[in-house]
Amino acid sequence: MKTFILLITLMLFSLPLMALDAPQLAGRINDQAGMLTPETKQRLEHKLEAFERETSNQIAVLTIPSLQGDDIDPFSIRVAEAWKLGQKGKDNGVLLVLAQAERKVRIEVGMGLQGVLPDITAGKIIRETMRPHLKSGNFNQGITVAVDSIIAATKGEFKGSGEPTPKHAAKKSSSSFITFFIIAAVTAAVLGYFSRYLGGAAGAVGLPLASFIAFPGMGLFTLFLLAAAGLIGGFLLSMLVSGILGGSGWGGGFYGGGLGGGFYGGGGSSGSGGDSFSGGGGDFDGGGSSDDY
Amino acid sequence: MNRLITAFAAILLLTLLSGCGYNSMQANEEAVSAAWGNVESSYQRRADLIPNLVEVVKGYATHEAETLKAVTEARAKVGSMQVSKDVLNNPENMKKFQQAQGELSGSLSRLMVVVEKYPDLKANQNFLDLQKQLEGTENRINVARERYNKTVQIFNTSIRTFPNSMTNSLFLHLQRKEPFKADDAAKVAPKVKF
Repeated sequence: MKTFILLITLMLFSLPLMALDAPQLAGRINDQAGMLTPETKQRLEHKLEAFERETSNQIAVLTIPSLQGDDIDPFSIRVAEAWKLGQKGKDNGVLLVLAQAERKVRIEVGMGLQGVLPDITAGKIIRETMRPHLKSGNFNQGITVAVDSIIAATKGEFKGSGEPTPKHAAKKSSSSFITFFIIAAVTAAVLGYFSRYLGGAAGAVGLPLASFIAFPGMGLFTLFLLAAAGLIGGFLLSMLVSGILGGSGWGGGFYGGGLGGGFYGGGGSSGSGGDSFSGGGGDFDGGGSSDDY
Repeated sequence: MNRLITAFAAILLLTLLSGCGYNSMQANEEAVSAAWGNVESSYQRRADLIPNLVEVVKGYATHEAETLKAVTEARAKVGSMQVSKDVLNNPENMKKFQQAQGELSGSLSRLMVVVEKYPDLKANQNFLDLQKQLEGTENRINVARERYNKTVQIFNTSIRTFPNSMTNSLFLHLQRKEPFKADDAAKVAPKVKF
């Protein structure tokens, strides 16, 4: 037993030795190193929210206590990839990362903003605008002026809708859903050939199962609804199959009975995050600039 | 009874079409091509920066003709290489491509070390800008390479696993793609940081 506990402990402790993971996105200002005062945090949060409303550009700040041996460049791109700042298609996100222990700072620029905020400009913002403040330990001022400079540089590029962007829906793997759905339908039809109730049961199990494999993480209630829909679908399918066997033709009605119904509509149990901040799906290619301070 | 068989055959065909990976393998191959495009363009971006960089350094670092020549030659070699899509399927060509780019990386990093000796150059605004651009480009290259390798892994797995492997050998005949290997040249990727 003791060895077992030791093993588990070792496994747990071996995890942090891997490359530093991207932290959870908690808002526009992620001050994990505690470099900012609450007032500055709030002011920046408001400023960036207003900026997103105006231009749809998403800017976020992350401070971490230490890189734990990692380099800031690969760490920063991992965070940018995880957070997906910027709107999908516009790729207009900017990420400002500060690592306290290593005294490193990086501005990661989304692909859509590299025209107005090229590497040179990002480098200048760090070197000329930020660094003097950071060097003297005034992080509040340093980060504020950096955010102001990024805003000034990226202002004209995109127009916002005037509203906070809606949370982007989780990517649906609809093609794998269709595959599993067809498998479930075939099973229901075959079983329904022997008995309608068997077909119904196959539908009741198959539809939630297919949905769950394709979109893991759906709620129990949704699955229950899907099971009910599957029961009805399987039953109808069985009747249809026996109908075909009876020689009554199978035009039209087959797909109507099998594939109809709003399965897709019922599938999403969207997060209830209120006005929480999340990335819009923007892409990064590693552009930007990093430096010491 | 015949109708039943027809119905089942139709369903079976549908299932097979979406389940055999015919579409997904081709989509994966397209993803590899797209990622390769990004790799090439980021390397090209670096090659485009070099003439300016050499020009600026030349003005200050008068005793470094040797190092500058190495950079220029490595760049010329990279530029003269005919890169076709066939690089992706051919381990030999891929190795050559990687070697040439690696040589350029090596000579660039040596250049960035020798410029340390010239404080005037390091204070030159033009040089600082170029240096920032070079840094950004190197980072883009790393990101593009990593992403390319990821798509290659997905593609190679998809053509080797069942039932895709069968579909591939029967219809598509797609070839395995070459990933970037962390070779010696990649290990000495220039750290153009001061």
